[in-house]
This record gives sequence, C-alpha cells and structure tokens, in this order.
Amino acid sequence: MSGATGVPKSLVRRRRLRTLPVYVVLWVVGVFMVTPLLYTLVSGFKSTDQLSSNPFGLPSPWVTSNYTSLLGSGAFWRSVGSSTVIAVGATLLTVATAALAAFALARFAFRGRELVFTLFTMGLMFPFAVAILPLFILLRTFGLLDNPWGVILPEAAFGLPVTIIILRGFFREIPGELEEAATLDGCSRFGFFWRILLPLARPALGTVSVLAIVSSWNQFLLPLLVFSEPTWWTIPVGIQQFQGQYASDVARIFAYLVLAMAPALAFYAVAERQLIGGITLGATKG
Amino acid sequence: MTHSTTSTPYAPELGKVAEPGSVPPAAGPRRPVLRRLGDWLSAVVFTVPALALFGLLVLVPMGYAFYVSFFDWGGFGSPTDVTGFGNYTRLFEDPVFLGDLWRGGLLIGFSIALQLPFALAMAVLLNQELRGRAVYRMLFFAPYILSEVITGVLFGMIFAPGDGLADRLLGAVGLDGLGGEWFAGRDTVLPTLFLVMTWKYFGFHMMLYLAGLQGIPAELYEAARIDGAGTWQRFRHITLPLLAPTLRISAFLSVIFSIQLFDLVWVITTGGPDHASETMAISMVQYGFKRYQMGYASAISVVMFLISLVFALAYQRFVLRRDTEGALTTMRANR
Repeated sequence: MSGATGVPKSLVRRRRLRTLPVYVVLWVVGVFMVTPLLYTLVSGFKSTDQLSSNPFGLPSPWVTSNYTSLLGSGAFWRSVGSSTVIAVGATLLTVATAALAAFALARFAFRGRELVFTLFTMGLMFPFAVAILPLFILLRTFGLLDNPWGVILPEAAFGLPVTIIILRGFFREIPGELEEAATLDGCSRFGFFWRILLPLARPALGTVSVLAIVSSWNQFLLPLLVFSEPTWWTIPVGIQQFQGQYASDVARIFAYLVLAMAPALAFYAVAERQLIGGITLGATKG
Repeated sequence: MTHSTTSTPYAPELGKVAEPGSVPPAAGPRRPVLRRLGDWLSAVVFTVPALALFGLLVLVPMGYAFYVSFFDWGGFGSPTDVTGFGNYTRLFEDPVFLGDLWRGGLLIGFSIALQLPFALAMAVLLNQELRGRAVYRMLFFAPYILSEVITGVLFGMIFAPGDGLADRLLGAVGLDGLGGEWFAGRDTVLPTLFLVMTWKYFGFHMMLYLAGLQGIPAELYEAARIDGAGTWQRFRHITLPLLAPTLRISAFLSVIFSIQLFDLVWVITTGGPDHASETMAISMVQYGFKRYQMGYASAISVVMFLISLVFALAYQRFVLRRDTEGALTTMRANR
C-alpha cells in the first residue's frame, strides 16, 4: 500500500542494485543461447575460405551467393512447401480428434475412462523409432509410401498423447458451475464443448497446436523413410541430404541452416504470444 | 477417486430437477439411467476418432514389433524362424545394450540434477517484472522449436575438432587444452551432447514452469510478504508446492525423452565414437536398418518400451497420483 502512492528514489536504486545479479545471469545465459544462432547467421555470409581465416569477425566482403543460390533453387522451396502441408494436416487432425477425446476424458464419468486415458498416456512411451519398422510395413501395405498421408497420419497418431494430456488438464480446470449453468440454459454436452469449452480453451488449443506444428515440422526419421523421392522431402530431410552433398562447403551448409531455421523462428515469433498467454486459465477460476 | 469424479458430472442433474416443468415427475427415477447411457454413448462417440487413429498407427505397429521380437528375422518376407526368448537373453549379454542402459541413466541423472533446476531458476527469474524479459523468454525457448537435424548439424560444425567455433574460442582465450575432441572423444562426447541437449531443451521446461507460475495468485506472495516471509521462504512454501504438479509432469517428460533420445544423437554421432554416445533407440535402428536383424532390433524396442512403461506406471502410481484426483481434493491435500 505504501509503495503504491510514491516510491522514494533510494528504494528504486536499492531495488535496481538488487536485481543487477539477475540481469547478469540472464545476460550470460542469453549469450550462451544466442551465440550458436548468430554465428550461423554470420557464417552464411562468408565464403568457406573466410570462415577458416576469419572465424569470429564480420564477413569482408559479405558473400550473398550462398543464400541467393539456395533461394533460387526449386528444391529448397519444395521442401518448405511439403513441410508446411504436412505440418498443417497433422496438426488439424491431432488437435481435432484430441480435443474431442480430452473433453470426454476430462468431464464425463464413464466406466473405463481411466483405462482409456492410461492407454493414451502410454503412447508417450512409443517414440517413432520404436515403431518405425512395423509402421513402415503398415504404410507399405496401404500404399502410403511416397504419399504425404503416409507421414501425416502417423504424426497425428503419435501427437495424440501429448495433446490429449494437455487439453484434458485444461478442460478439467474449467469450473463445473459453468457447465451447470450451460446445462440449465439448455446446452447439450456437445453444445457446451463447442460453444463454451473450446472458446475458453483457445489459449490451450493454441499451445497444443504450436507443439504439434513444431513436432511435425521437425520430424526426421519418418519422412526420411517414407519419401524415397525428393518430391515430398521435408526440410530436415533436405538438410541432411544437402549436408551429404556439400560436406566440404561449410559456408553453404550454414546458409542452408539459416534458411531452414527462418520459417520456424518466424512462426514462433508470430505464435509466441499465444503460447505464453495460453496458460492464463488460472484467471478464469477467479 | 471415483467419489470426487462422479460427483461433478451429476451436479447439473440436481440443478435441472429444481427447474420447474422441465422434468416430468414420472420419468424421475429412470432419468439417471438414461442420462448415464447418454453419457456413455457420447463418451464413445467423442473418443472413437482418436482411439481409431491411435490404435491403428501406434498400438498395432507396437504389437507387431512385440510379435517379431520372438523371431530371427531379416526384415523381408514374413518371419518364420522362431527363437523364443533368444533375442531377449542375447540383450543382456550385449555390452552395447548394457552400455545403452548406463548412458541412458547418466543422461536422466544429468537432466534431473542440472537441466530441470536450471530451467526452474530461469523460469522464476523471468516471472518477475524485468526489463526485456519477453526477449529472454523468447530466446531461451527458441532452440526448442528448431529441428534436431538443424541443431545436430549446427553443433556438429561448432564442435568440429580444431576449426570449429568452440575450439577457436578456447584457442583465442588461451585454453586450447580444454577442447579438441568434443563429439569425437569417448569421454567428451556425452558431456558435449548434454550441453547441446540443455541448449535445446531447457527452454521447453522453463515454459512449462512459467505457465505454472502464472497460475499462482499474486495475493499469496503479497500475503506472505506482509507476514514477513523472505524470498527463499516464499519460493519454498508457495512456489514449490503450488508448482509441484507442473514439476512432476516436467520431470516425467524429461525422463521419457531421455530414454527415447534418438534424432539428435543420430545426426551428430550416430552413436559413436565406438558406441560412446549410443542410446537404446540408436542401437535399435543400427541393428534393424543397418544389420537387418529385425527380430533383435524389435526386442530392443520392446525392452525400451517396457522400461518406459514400468517407469510411467510407477510414477503415476506413486508420484502423479494426487494430480489425477479432482481439483478440490488436490487443493485440500495441498493445504
């Protein structure tokens, strides 16, 4: 109460002094985090000779050919396109099916509910690598190799556990009184889900969508095995092939890395607010 | 458990009865049964799409891996050469697999003892009013969204022995002796890998914690401050207990991720040098896709799954139990 009316200058100074170590720690960690990224960005503007003679300094001259030659090639844009299609498809499928299931698992009382939930949480223990061989055989049987669905469907399936666990947690936090009120006003179960729960859980949906997009975008082993032809190669597969092809031209690989990071970082810059603001559900209980 | 969970969905029922005219008196005793049947039906309808997707693409392949693990199979045609538990007994005489277990344990230990406390410290720091905190949050989380392949290729070049950035930096400050091997050395590969994992993954846990911290009402801290609680006491008696569910989930995910670690290691070292960074998942892919011992590889995947499963069940039974109860009981337990 006393602080609100007028803060004495000495107090401000003391507070600033107290927070100084905090800033130092954050700054040191920040340097540790940003150095690899900045180094990559700058190195992409050097020639490979410059990289070995001048590893730390700014490029002189700035070489843009690494970037322009990549941006001029169809292969890079094709990778961006196929990564996008696959990520959007897998995310829509995961979030839609997971939201329905999480709703039932969070707010219905039915026999076997915990069993079903446990089954999904067990899915956390199925990494792609473990199931990749039988999955490969299954996809071959259904003729889904070299087909984007061959990656979208498994990605959506493997994304379900995390999505359901997170959404169920959020759905449970929404007070029961709200559902009572909605039911009193003649809302059906699905109506409550669609018109009240989902809008309230929009931040949570944002969170799980971002997680699903990121995990699909970064998926490596599955697209590597499913796509034998470069047509549908996603960005991670593209990088790996590129690295094999230009192993000695380090500067070019750095440039490719920068271009590959750019969409992910740009997406993150746009979706960041949603991710962080997503967890303010605590406010709804007030 | 059942008590608290069933009471919530039936609460609307009580309210509805009170509404005049909406419930015919004759239907009174039968309604709960119908209602329960309706609940059950809608639960089925709501869970079926997810269950179908999950069953067909996750459970069926896993079941098939389990089946194949009892065969000596090269991966072509159908498996015919039954070996019973041969693949499993072989596992526990395989020094590479036993090494996988040891290295997995090391990575889990590192993560729980260093990475998560570090993430928590950063979350607590960034939960305050600080200049530029949005920038720090964004920066710390950013590596998490980069693919393992990008991270792997990037750090492979940074830690390239001799002319990578790491050795150049050490050389520039006169500490040449410290670097040199990184991913190429048997003793240095795991610490280097852990450094990269921390760079990439701590931001994820930090974000979980920040989300949890935002759910803690500011009034609690204010009240504690008025009562004379210091920074540490507020952290110990407000932050930690109220963040406990988040911490438990985060530790759980960290262990599971460590057990299943694959992409990052595969891109950087493919398990080398001389198996020094090999994980269970790496061994499995090595045996399965490089040496065409699909039966043995499947046995590894089954054991990997069983380890995760036993851990998860024990964890849920003993650690997460309180979190899966109703919100009211959890609040009561915490008080």
